[in-house]
Amino acid sequence: MNSVNTLPCRNSNRRRLNRRQHTLLTIALAATLLFVLLGGALFLGEEGLSVNLNHRNMPPSLAYPLGTDWLGRDMLARTVQGLSLSFGVGLTAAGISAFIALVLGLAAALGGKRLDTIITWLVDLFLAVPHLVLIILIAFVFGGGLQGVIAGVTLTHWPALTRLLRAEVLQLRSAEFVLVSRRLGRSRWWVATRHLLPHLKPQLLVGFLLLFPHAILHEAAITFLGFGLSPHRPAIGVILSESMHYLSAGSWWLAFFPGLALLVMVRMFDILGDNLRLLYDPRSARE
Amino acid sequence: MLLFLTGRILRLLTLLAAVSVLSFLLLEASPIDPVRAYVGADMLKVGPEQWAKIAEYWGLDRPLPERLARWSMAVLRGDLGVSMIFRRPVLDVIGERFLASLALMLTAWTFSGIFGFALGTLAGMKQGTWTDRLIKWYCLTLASTPLFWLGLLMLLTFAVWLGWFPVGLGVPAGVPAHEVTLADRVHHLLLPALTLGITGVAGVALHTRQKLVEVLQSDYVLFARARGESGLQLFRRHGLRNIALPVTTLQFASFSELFGGSVLAEQVFSYPGLGQAAVQAGLRGDVPLLLGVVIFSAIFVFSGNLAAELLYRLIDPRLRLKGDPCEQR
Repeated sequence: MNSVNTLPCRNSNRRRLNRRQHTLLTIALAATLLFVLLGGALFLGEEGLSVNLNHRNMPPSLAYPLGTDWLGRDMLARTVQGLSLSFGVGLTAAGISAFIALVLGLAAALGGKRLDTIITWLVDLFLAVPHLVLIILIAFVFGGGLQGVIAGVTLTHWPALTRLLRAEVLQLRSAEFVLVSRRLGRSRWWVATRHLLPHLKPQLLVGFLLLFPHAILHEAAITFLGFGLSPHRPAIGVILSESMHYLSAGSWWLAFFPGLALLVMVRMFDILGDNLRLLYDPRSARE
Repeated sequence: MLLFLTGRILRLLTLLAAVSVLSFLLLEASPIDPVRAYVGADMLKVGPEQWAKIAEYWGLDRPLPERLARWSMAVLRGDLGVSMIFRRPVLDVIGERFLASLALMLTAWTFSGIFGFALGTLAGMKQGTWTDRLIKWYCLTLASTPLFWLGLLMLLTFAVWLGWFPVGLGVPAGVPAHEVTLADRVHHLLLPALTLGITGVAGVALHTRQKLVEVLQSDYVLFARARGESGLQLFRRHGLRNIALPVTTLQFASFSELFGGSVLAEQVFSYPGLGQAAVQAGLRGDVPLLLGVVIFSAIFVFSGNLAAELLYRLIDPRLRLKGDPCEQR
């Protein structure tokens, strides 16, 4: 504490992974998880979800690693199905959100003053209402169901990224190579696709990866509240909200493992996005 | 200052107008028929004539612009309509529910502020050590934890296994309203507030840590260290004073997440607050109540942001002088 030197001193005896290796490891882990999820959803699917009244409410055991629920369904199969569903919704929502953010960010920065004012105002408007309330509103407007959930999560995640991309484009716009390009008679569209887009790619990728865990968490939250997905499709939120009825009977595994699985998935993609952000940023890339 | 406040109020008014009109139009576009939502399970018992009567009673047979105009006029008079679920004026429902939610949010907010600040300070002062890494890891994990799952775990541990707290609801079941004591309410409030507060810790702690690390890397801290200051003294003289304002501001600006979190916490613990009302309204198609909650939550978030801005202006003299020329005394 007394030393003036605030540089973190690393323990040289133990080899630590540097950030690139760490990131690669996370990517490998995430890929494995996805593979397991997809494979599991395909193979475990129908069989595990069947009702087996002889094996009701069993705590975790070798045969059922995560236990069974009140209808004798295998919780492992349900969790895997739920995660793959959450993953799908999260992917769709984060992808569309990132696309909206890209289009609006470019439009705000390049489309003239009036368009910029409108888009900035729209961003402010969306940030003025609490996120979850907005998702409820939009999910309701789209009539609930799966499309309601996807629409709700998609249409609420773009504002922050839009702001970021807009600021980035505003900075790039006055860069010399862009000015020269414009002077040479290139169209705005040409400049946007050939000069700006390549510069925005890392921002966009990182933005997308960081949106993804958010989207999954919000998807789980909104299905937990009872919107959208039907009880027959085991989204993680639905599983958790159903488990509430059985908690006082002591069936802790119904809530514990699905939530933990969700947490692990979200955390992994969060680490991935954060590491990529640090790697893409030239100021911190070589740390 | 007066100029600033007027500007903010104007901003709030335009914002509210935009939020209201947009939400109204969005809800109009919803495929869910409000009459059907109102009738609910009695669908088969209601004939077409009665159906039309209900639509007329709620004013649903008029064209869209007229309904929007009438609704706007009513809102301007302070009448948000009647909730279909509660069969009471929306404003009454919101007022009553909001008080319950406010108690919950305020407790959680205070808890997360104090605890998060302490954790962040500890991590920042011990930057680079195992303590720092542990706190950082803990906060980042907490940030990706679904709030309702944390709530379920708390419920399981403290209410079901240990039996220290009731399983849910804002007041004891089966007790007349006038016999409910303050202790009862606090007892029911504690677990949801704790859940909400613990989730809030992550953001405050990480922000505090980052600000403190920035301060500690500055030249004046280098000189202070050269003079021999260290530890608590260094923190009190140079750290605390410089990070207190940005951290408090952030805490005020986090009202949006606080509100969203309270919706989930209330659902887990079946706590009768505004968030639960919003969920009910959304699920059962209670359009007036949903509109009311949207508008009200926008006001709530705005007041948090306004408080943050005011705080900055009141405390930081640099901002006061720069921002507003009339303010120079």
